[in-house]
Amino acid sequence: MDRTFDIKHYRGFFSITCLCLVILYGPLIIVMIYSFNDSVSITNWGGISLRWYVEIFTGLESAKFKAAAWNSFSIAIMAAIVSTVIATAAAIGMIRGGNFKGKFASFALISLPIMVPEIVTAVATLIFFSTIGFKLGTLSILVAHTVFCIPFAYLPISARLQGIDASYEEAAQDLFANRWKTFRYVLMPIMWPGIVAGFLLAFIISLDDFIITNFIKGAGIETLPTAIFGSVKQGIKPNIMALSTLLLLFSIALVTLSYFIGKRGEANQNTQQ
Amino acid sequence: MIMKTFFSAATLALIANSAVAEGKLSVYHWFEYIPAELVEKFSTKYDVDVTVDTFDSNESMLASLKAGTMGSYDVAVPGDYMVEIMVGLGLLDTIAAGELTNINNIEEQWLNVPFDMGRKHSIPYQWGSTSFSVNRDAYSGNINTTDIIFNPPEQLKGKINVLDSQGEVMAMAALHLGIPQCSTDRDQLKSLDALLQSAKENWASFGSDTAKEVLVSGDAAVGMIWNGYGARARAEGANIEYSYPDQGYVVWMDNVVLLNEAPNRANAILFMDFLLEPENIAAVTNYAMYADGIKGSTPFLDAELASSPEHNPRAGSGAGVFVSVCDQATQEVYDQIWTRLRS
Amino acid sequence: MAAGTGSGSTVSAIFSPVRFWLLLPSWVVIGFFLLVPVLLMLTYSFLTKEFRGGVIWEFSLASYDQFLFDRGLFGDEAPVIKWTYINIFIRSILQAFGATIFCLLIGFPTAYFIATRPIQSRTIWLFLITVPYWVNLLIRTVSMKFLIRDSGPLNELLLYIGLIDAPLHVINTNFAVQLGLFYSYLPFMVLPIYASVERYNFTFSEVASDLYASKVTILWEVILPVVKPGIIAGSILVFVPSLGAFLAPDLLGGAKTFMIGSLIEDQFKGNAGNWPFGAAASMILLSLVLVVLMFYVRAQNKDQT
Repeated sequence: MDRTFDIKHYRGFFSITCLCLVILYGPLIIVMIYSFNDSVSITNWGGISLRWYVEIFTGLESAKFKAAAWNSFSIAIMAAIVSTVIATAAAIGMIRGGNFKGKFASFALISLPIMVPEIVTAVATLIFFSTIGFKLGTLSILVAHTVFCIPFAYLPISARLQGIDASYEEAAQDLFANRWKTFRYVLMPIMWPGIVAGFLLAFIISLDDFIITNFIKGAGIETLPTAIFGSVKQGIKPNIMALSTLLLLFSIALVTLSYFIGKRGEANQNTQQ
Repeated sequence: MIMKTFFSAATLALIANSAVAEGKLSVYHWFEYIPAELVEKFSTKYDVDVTVDTFDSNESMLASLKAGTMGSYDVAVPGDYMVEIMVGLGLLDTIAAGELTNINNIEEQWLNVPFDMGRKHSIPYQWGSTSFSVNRDAYSGNINTTDIIFNPPEQLKGKINVLDSQGEVMAMAALHLGIPQCSTDRDQLKSLDALLQSAKENWASFGSDTAKEVLVSGDAAVGMIWNGYGARARAEGANIEYSYPDQGYVVWMDNVVLLNEAPNRANAILFMDFLLEPENIAAVTNYAMYADGIKGSTPFLDAELASSPEHNPRAGSGAGVFVSVCDQATQEVYDQIWTRLRS
Repeated sequence: MAAGTGSGSTVSAIFSPVRFWLLLPSWVVIGFFLLVPVLLMLTYSFLTKEFRGGVIWEFSLASYDQFLFDRGLFGDEAPVIKWTYINIFIRSILQAFGATIFCLLIGFPTAYFIATRPIQSRTIWLFLITVPYWVNLLIRTVSMKFLIRDSGPLNELLLYIGLIDAPLHVINTNFAVQLGLFYSYLPFMVLPIYASVERYNFTFSEVASDLYASKVTILWEVILPVVKPGIIAGSILVFVPSLGAFLAPDLLGGAKTFMIGSLIEDQFKGNAGNWPFGAAASMILLSLVLVVLMFYVRAQNKDQT
């Protein structure tokens, strides 16, 4: 063991890291385990079974869950697409647009949805929609989610763009490519991992949102979080645990995907340089 | 391109929203109050797509309707005093004579009710009482007194869940003190405020939608609760007993009302007529475990319902009272007391 | 970072002629659907509450008055400072502050440990920290609620191994809320601290060690000042969302003692139905957050100079 290694390391930090992971994963793993519980009562263990997973898809509440899942995913996909497009344009404007007056103000505006507490965004949006007479429904959720997702999409995209050497684009410009072609054939292929990361982040943020959706959802419209919230208020039922486990696995799949895209992007970028 | 994407996305959402507009019914209902099978039955019988949104107190339902969901729902299910308030605010549509073919199924005593004389806007849904249930493993003493909630014995302190429902909590507190509801007497109001402030110290949580769950899971030893919901908690394994206190208890009736600006008024009428059929309303009663006000529903009811302790007030208990509607000036004082209690 | 050689000091300006059009959509969308609503909310906080819900478009200071002053049950006594709402804010600030401290205590060693791993295993550790951040917050809060109930798995386990005789009563207490906030935002603390420790040059530690500084001194006097921006960023990322949190107090705290988030929610979705007051409380929360953020920007600028 060399000396640098020794100086870097502090006794107990490893244990705390393990504790940190236990805290983060413990509750989730417990819920996963209990979702396979055969018993109707959530506190008693009745053997392993998949009955609650079957119940989600065929049980009495299946129609509600299906509608909620459809709403959640369609809203998340649309909000993520729109916010990623807006964020990509904004990132290019901010990072490849030179210095300009109001750059900080522009940055502040783009970050506004992250800075304003979610509950305040929810209140402001509800008041706004109700004042202009915008009917609460799927569209109101979509609009609010799009706004909220822009900075989340913007962060990875702009981070990626900042890491790309401008000489590629300059070279393309020298070869008389117009700006669209420069973007499409030069910038886009290098920055796509950032765009995908931004899209995935925006998607998961929209899928995750409870507070804003709860304020502005219209009559008869539920997303997965609002449906789960409504249900757990009357007790944590095994079918909700199964549903949560599925959502959890989906999130893990998504973050893994995002991770590998990030890695490929890095490798890709390194070979280009 | 950006705008194009935005608009096509927006249009998509709009289409998704309105594609199923034909044969729809939008119900604003209490949580866990209608069996999914019954909704399914109505849905199949009339080929109507039913969505049920839920609320957890009369007051929050009114707040939501006034906050812009008026015009989205066809029917709602407010309690007695809230029907009166909604009539006063002009939120309810009038059911014309002859529109409901089954209106004669309503029991005599629920037909001409003070909150809706002659049933112009509403039909009975369920009626029951509000009091509290006590976990008998946690406490074996006398539970026939509202002291359990407002001046609890040592063992029960910090283990009480109270409904997050202004009307019922205030009415119970008034019964405990023996003062009238909607009192304008300053000393009485001050003592009401003081009572709630001191009682709050001993309460663990406020929650209506969690009322059954906290009793079943044992998170609370005492829970203010509706009689049927208490019966369901007992059926789910909680060793609890429902109290009919000496000081009295709250009685209520929930009603299906026809909302103004209902987008599917015809289906709303169909739905109300459907719920006036003895067999259908009995399905609700068997599920929610309260009582309905419909003639001829008895043969369809589970036998044990009639004999359950939650349904039979103890001989010698206090009287049941409805929640009263106060005038604006008085109500504002009550709102103030409630705000002080809840924050 | 090999790829970090990009724009550097000279800012690339290839797209500057179309800059306006590139930025316009974000300005319009956020401006119209968030900035305007926030300004409208400010207006609402000065309107008059209508009896039984709704607002009347008449100027009034009643909401702020209700927030600050107690005029007795009947509104006719001399105003005295009302602590009810101020206490809710103080309680929320303390809860958020506590959550930040706990996150820091666990988050800093974790971030430090990960940043000092070899590159290969580092990404795996980092991945493990990131996963919970992507998992639905509601599901995480519900999991916590399930775990800590009186009859929940944690109590069962502790009873089983004989560590306790009676179930620990955690649910519906302030501690449960604290735990929920800590659990919700822990990954937010680790990631920024990790980023700054990763950039830390360990030759500083070596030099200090050569000067006979103890390891604790090195950590305290050498490393901490350098990674301070990461600590501040992490603290803000935990503190700000904790301040307006709704799920943790509602699901874990039994909704008995309000925090700011639940107070506001009650004005719109709950029993209270007082929109102008809800708008005023939201404005006060927003101002508080902006003050914290301004402090952050100033601290950052000071670090850079």
